[in-house]
Amino acid sequence: MTPRKVYLDNSATTQVDKKVLEAMLPYFSEEYGNPNSLHAWGRDARKCVDKARTQVAGLIGAEPKDIIFTGGGSEADNLAIKGTAWALKDKGRHIITSSIEHHALLDTVRWLGKNGYEYTILPVDKTGMVDPKELEAAIRPDTILASVMFANNEIGTIEPVAELGEVCRRHGVLFHTDGVQAAGHVKIDLKDLPIDMMTMAAHKMYGPKGVGALYVRKGIKLIPVIHGGGQEFGLRSGTENTPGLAGFGMAAELAANRLANGEIDNEIRLRDKLIDGLMERIPEVILTGHRTKRLPYHASICVKYVEGEGMLLLLDAAGIGVSSGSACTSGSLEPSYVLLSLGLDHSTAHGSVRITLSKDTNDEDIDYVLEKFPPIVEKLRSMSPFYKNN
Amino acid sequence: MYSDKVVDYFMNPRNAGKLDDANAIGEVGNPKCGDVMKIYLKINDQEIIEDIKFETFGCAAAIATSSMITEMVKGKPIAEALKINNKDVAEALGGLPPAKLHCSLLAQEGIEAAVADYFKRKTGKHPEGFKANTTCTACGGSCGEGAGQGHEEEEEIFVSEDHRAAE
Repeated sequence: MTPRKVYLDNSATTQVDKKVLEAMLPYFSEEYGNPNSLHAWGRDARKCVDKARTQVAGLIGAEPKDIIFTGGGSEADNLAIKGTAWALKDKGRHIITSSIEHHALLDTVRWLGKNGYEYTILPVDKTGMVDPKELEAAIRPDTILASVMFANNEIGTIEPVAELGEVCRRHGVLFHTDGVQAAGHVKIDLKDLPIDMMTMAAHKMYGPKGVGALYVRKGIKLIPVIHGGGQEFGLRSGTENTPGLAGFGMAAELAANRLANGEIDNEIRLRDKLIDGLMERIPEVILTGHRTKRLPYHASICVKYVEGEGMLLLLDAAGIGVSSGSACTSGSLEPSYVLLSLGLDHSTAHGSVRITLSKDTNDEDIDYVLEKFPPIVEKLRSMSPFYKNN
Repeated sequence: MYSDKVVDYFMNPRNAGKLDDANAIGEVGNPKCGDVMKIYLKINDQEIIEDIKFETFGCAAAIATSSMITEMVKGKPIAEALKINNKDVAEALGGLPPAKLHCSLLAQEGIEAAVADYFKRKTGKHPEGFKANTTCTACGGSCGEGAGQGHEEEEEIFVSEDHRAAE
C-alpha cells in the first residue's frame, strides 16, 4: 500500500484542475497563433483571450474590458500601486496600506516611499482585521490610494473591504484590494462593492502559475509598468499567454460554478472539523486569524512550545504537506510579520502551522491529519525546554 | 535542503530529554530568534562527561545539531569536549544550509555554557575564559538582544554576473 499523501498547502498553490489543463493544451501547438495577428491563426488565439476575459470577469461580476491580464498576482499588485502612484503623482503622493499585506504590496509601497512618496501602514487587531475608522483617520488631503487585502494568506482573515472601500469613496481615494487568496473562493460581486482595483492569480484557484489579472474599474487612469506593444488596453504590453489565459478562464468559470452550487459550504465544514479537531486533541493551541470571518479553506494555528519547521517536516514525513510562518522556514530569524502584527509574542509565532484545504479535500484527509498531528506535537514538546510537563 | 544525516538526527534524536541527576546545565539562545537549547551534563570526578541530554526549542537543524553534539561529547573529558566547534558539528551532519549555520554555533555554545555552569557550581564563581552570557550570539544579534547592530536596509539593485566581472 502506498502511504497516504495529503496536500494541504493550497494557499501556496493549487493543483491544476484536469478541465483547466484540457482547456490549455490546444493553445500550445495547435492554436498557437499570436492574438495580435490578423490572420486566421491570430483570430483563433484572440478568441481564446476574449473568452478568458469574459470568464474571469464573470467570476467577480465585472465587465470583460475591466480585466487586465498580467503575469501573476505580484505583477497585478505592482501595476495597481505603481500605476496609480505615477498616474496621480500631481494629485498627491500618499498611500495607505495595512501591516499584513503580501510582500508584493508592502515592498512596492516601501519602494515608492524611497522614491518621493509617503505611506501609512495601518495596524490590525488580534484577529488580523483592519478597522475602517483607522483607515479614515489616516486619510490626508494628498492621499491617492489605499490598499487592503481581501483576505490574508497566512491567517485567512477576510477584511471588511466593503466598509474600507466605502470610506475611500467618501474621501475620493482609490481603493485597491489584493484578492489573490479570496477570488474563486469567496463570492465577490464588484457591482455591489466599492472596490476600484482587485488583484487575482490563476494558480490559487486550480489554474496555471504565471497568470493573473488586475480588475480596474472603468474610468481609472493607470500608467503601465511594462511598456511595449500596447496589449491589454496599453496597460500590460507583451504577447498574451494564450494557454495560460485559457486555463485561467476555465479555472474562473469552474470556481464560479462551485460558488453557485454551494460546494464551498462543504469546504467550510471540513475546515471547521479540522480546526475544532486540532483544538480538542492538542492542548495549548491557538487559532490565528478570525474564527468565522475567514477563508473557507483556511486553518492556521500556533502550537505553543514548539517550532513550526519541525512540525512541517514531521508532517511531511507522514505524507502531509503544510506550511509555517516560523523564522526557520523563511530563512531569517524573524517569524512572520503577519503573525507579529496580531500581537503574538515571538516564541508563539515561531510555532505557526498553516493548513489550507482544496476543493478535493475529503473527510478521510482531515481524519488522517487529526490522527497524525497530535503525536508529532507530543514528540517535539517532549524535547522542548519550555514545555512544563517535561 | 537538509542532508540525510540532519534529517536522521532530527527524526530520531539522540539523547533528547531531561537529565535528572545532571550536575551542570547550560541554556543558550533566545525564543525571539526561534532557537533555545538546554544542555544537561553529568560530569564525574575525572571530569569526564558521563551522561548528556538536551532539550531544544527550534527548527530541525537546531534539534539535529543538539542531537549530534551530545553524541560527540558523551564519554569525553570536558577539556576535549570544549575543543569541538560548530564547524565540527556541521561537518558531522554532512553540512548545513547557510541559513542554519547559526544552529551549530548554538550547539557549541550550549556545551560551553553547561561546562561553565559546572565550574561555577564547583568554585562558586564564573570561570575565566568563558562567556558570562551566551544569550543570543548565535543569531548575530539580529533579534536585537545581542551585540549586533541594526542596519539600514540597502536598496537592492540587481547586477548581472557580467557587470560584476567588469567592475
